[in-house]
Amino acid sequence: MRDPLLKVTSITKTFSGITALDDVTLDVSPGEVVGLVGPNGAGKTTLFNCLLGQLKPDRGTVMFAGHDLTRVAPHLRARLGIGRTFQRMELFSGMTPWEHFLVAGRARRGDGRLWKDLLGMGRPSKEERASASDVLELLGLTADARRPIEALSLGRGRLVELGRALMIEPKLLLLDEPSSGLDHAETAELAEVLRNVNVERSTAILLVEHDVPMVRSLVSRVFVLDFGTLIASGTTESVFANNAVQRAYLGTNV
Amino acid sequence: MEKFLSALIEGMSFGGVYALVAVGLVLAYKTSGVFNIAFGAQAFVSGAIYYQLHNRSEWPIIPAFLLAVVVAAPLVGAALDRMLFRHLRTAPPLSRLVVALGLLVAIPEVVGLFFKVTQATQYKGIVPGGEIVYRPLSGVAITRDDLSIILSAALVAIGLTILFRYTSLGLRMRAVVESPRLTELNGIRSDIVGTTAWMLSSFVAGLAGVLLPTVFQQVSVINYTTLLTAAIAAAVLASLTSIPIAFAGGIGLGILQQFVSRYLPTGNVFASNVKPSLPFIVLFVVLLFKRSLSYEQGLKDPLAGVDPPPPVPASAVRSRELTIGTRIFGFVVGTWWFYSVLFLWNDIWLDRTIRILIYAIIFCSIVVITGMAGQISFAQATFAGMGAFFSAQIATKQGVSVIAAIFIASAVAAVVGALIGLIALRRRGIFLALATYAFALFFDNTMVRYDWVGGGIFAIESQRPVVGPVDFARPVPGSTTRDTAFLVLVLVVLTLVGIAIIWMRNGTTGRFLDALRGSETAAASIGINATKARIIAFAVSAFIAGLGGGLLASYKIQFSSLDYKAELGLFWVVIVVTLGPRTVEGAIQAAAGFVLFQEWVLPTAIPWLYNHALPFADITAISIGWQQIFFGLGAVTYAKHPEGILESNKTASLTRVQGLIDRFKSRRDSEIETASV
Repeated sequence: MRDPLLKVTSITKTFSGITALDDVTLDVSPGEVVGLVGPNGAGKTTLFNCLLGQLKPDRGTVMFAGHDLTRVAPHLRARLGIGRTFQRMELFSGMTPWEHFLVAGRARRGDGRLWKDLLGMGRPSKEERASASDVLELLGLTADARRPIEALSLGRGRLVELGRALMIEPKLLLLDEPSSGLDHAETAELAEVLRNVNVERSTAILLVEHDVPMVRSLVSRVFVLDFGTLIASGTTESVFANNAVQRAYLGTNV
Repeated sequence: MEKFLSALIEGMSFGGVYALVAVGLVLAYKTSGVFNIAFGAQAFVSGAIYYQLHNRSEWPIIPAFLLAVVVAAPLVGAALDRMLFRHLRTAPPLSRLVVALGLLVAIPEVVGLFFKVTQATQYKGIVPGGEIVYRPLSGVAITRDDLSIILSAALVAIGLTILFRYTSLGLRMRAVVESPRLTELNGIRSDIVGTTAWMLSSFVAGLAGVLLPTVFQQVSVINYTTLLTAAIAAAVLASLTSIPIAFAGGIGLGILQQFVSRYLPTGNVFASNVKPSLPFIVLFVVLLFKRSLSYEQGLKDPLAGVDPPPPVPASAVRSRELTIGTRIFGFVVGTWWFYSVLFLWNDIWLDRTIRILIYAIIFCSIVVITGMAGQISFAQATFAGMGAFFSAQIATKQGVSVIAAIFIASAVAAVVGALIGLIALRRRGIFLALATYAFALFFDNTMVRYDWVGGGIFAIESQRPVVGPVDFARPVPGSTTRDTAFLVLVLVVLTLVGIAIIWMRNGTTGRFLDALRGSETAAASIGINATKARIIAFAVSAFIAGLGGGLLASYKIQFSSLDYKAELGLFWVVIVVTLGPRTVEGAIQAAAGFVLFQEWVLPTAIPWLYNHALPFADITAISIGWQQIFFGLGAVTYAKHPEGILESNKTASLTRVQGLIDRFKSRRDSEIETASV
């Protein structure tokens, strides 16, 4: 087995007495699509926030591509190659999808140099524009590229979030319920896009999702969280066949 | 012991007023989400009415008090809510701060139209025989007026605490501020609850307004402003949420102030400078060290999604033809203006033009910090002042060339700006703005008094630059030479600053700041370093302000700290925000407004128009106060038009022109089609 891209070891996080994550260990290999499922309140988003540094875990370590992330600031984690989307959409109000992608592309290249701006060298370069157009095309957003973000539907907005994360050319994408609020057609489209991203760019994906058919169609391995503990993990088929998982999450008739 | 006790008693009566206003601020914030810095101005309204009725018209105490505090003050509150703040419940906290700032500037001048503030002395308080002194212990004296303050403050604090803890009205008020629309879905009329809350907090303001003058014996706006700063410190100590802490903080601050003024050695420069600026120092320290202010409790309305998207800036809707068209228009107007100034108009207009350009440079610093970074800084006048003081000192004492001195002084301002940005960084939004204000007041009251900084309120000599063979010296009176060299100099500097800002906006810095304004969490998720971006914005802004300030000093040859007072900085923010905070163009408009309104529009243009429109009218000049009223009320529109009123009107008319162009084009296209068929 290859070295894992992301290795989470014994993460524990409590909020004033309530244990949100209890000794959670998981890993994602390069180029792999992994699912993370569990009922609402199981601790999935908390885990994401710990991975990205928005929250500080009480115990445990996060290793990513050979780096220990425990003391790394959130924006530096992004530069190491972790992209994410948010369960409650976080877009840059007042900007168009095109601007979202350009700014993300610029951010990937590290800090802006003030002197470059002051010498008039801060405009987007040809390569930056080309890679932004590529992502627009990949996500089918070309027609909406110049519209303000507020004018787009929820589904399109989720795609913009995904595209923005892709613009930093991540090695790992963390997707927090990307299909919530989407209809069936849009969900199917999104799954298709994610498959393309994974195949063409060999980006690893850690997917938090409630839509079981979507998870099944995309992922090769699944981790199941319930009340902050990992109750099952393994290949998709074996996990969804597991009785404990069915009771905790899927109900009895799956 | 006697000294201790009398300091304690005296401190408590000062502290009582602080506490009352602090409690009112917390109340207003809890119930409307507005950090109401116009609170002092509202208090002034009641103070002025009470003085007018009781002292001048000799009404008895009770009807005067009822009219000033129980009727007028809540009415003002209800009017402000109905006309303004109701429509801002979902606006970002900073927009609401700017609206309140506009009111802070405008209200005292509106009052001044009806109320002669000069000689409003020998104020009589709200209890008969206020000057009667009680001596509970030997050596300790307390007047009836002092008692009335302490008792009123305590009663208000207790009453409000009970209201919020135990009554359903208090609960509803808190719900409305979270989300008026969700509250409505639960069957509560949010508008009535909101108005009630405003009337209540305005009543507290009114009460403070009639009590404050008893400790100063006069009604004066300045006292209300100073009062407000002290109260802000107490309110911030309470994190803008706890009424009991705000009360205790206010009383404590009053006592601290008395102790400082009685126990610090007299004669020491530092001690005598610290005394008046104590509230600002306390405010600054509280802002720095209080951890719970780190994250602004931004009110995210769950139903905010139903709001229409914000307006698009004018430049975004322009087509190529229109862009070229507006540029040509701008160029023609500019050329005409400079031609007239150089060859047709007299020296007064040359002087005005130079000052407009210098203020435009200073206002460009507000474009960077407010228009680009989305932060409000009240310290821009202070940064400009640093540019002026330090460049004058370096040039005069060290013999450095003036241009170099201005650059060095601006660099110093930039470093200070970066430090303010750094230490105030985790204090977002309104707390950051307050920290800059505290710093500005501190600089005004303490630093400027040192010889090596500002030389007190006396005029400081500065010099005109000499660059190689060109001497920018001021023309000798009576000679035929004019100040055109300096005009060219400031025009060049403004052009460079303008280009730098435009490049910054289109470059990395501007885009990162845009992203941070949109969503800080998301910006971090793509690798944007918020700390660095904000510090850069502060430093660049302070540098530009320093440049402008230094040039202004050099141009005037003689200047004083009054040219860079903190209150002036507030007004600058108001005027730029009104006339267009997003663009360099907006900064120039604001500068023209700032210089011309006071010197030409009010004293000359409006009377001329008026006298010509009405043949029998003969007015000579309009009160200067109208400038404050006009721009103050202009800033009130900030929440609706964050790009500035002028800019939004420009957008509207440009959109119309664009429509005409499109129609013309489509007709032409169809003609071509018909022709080809």
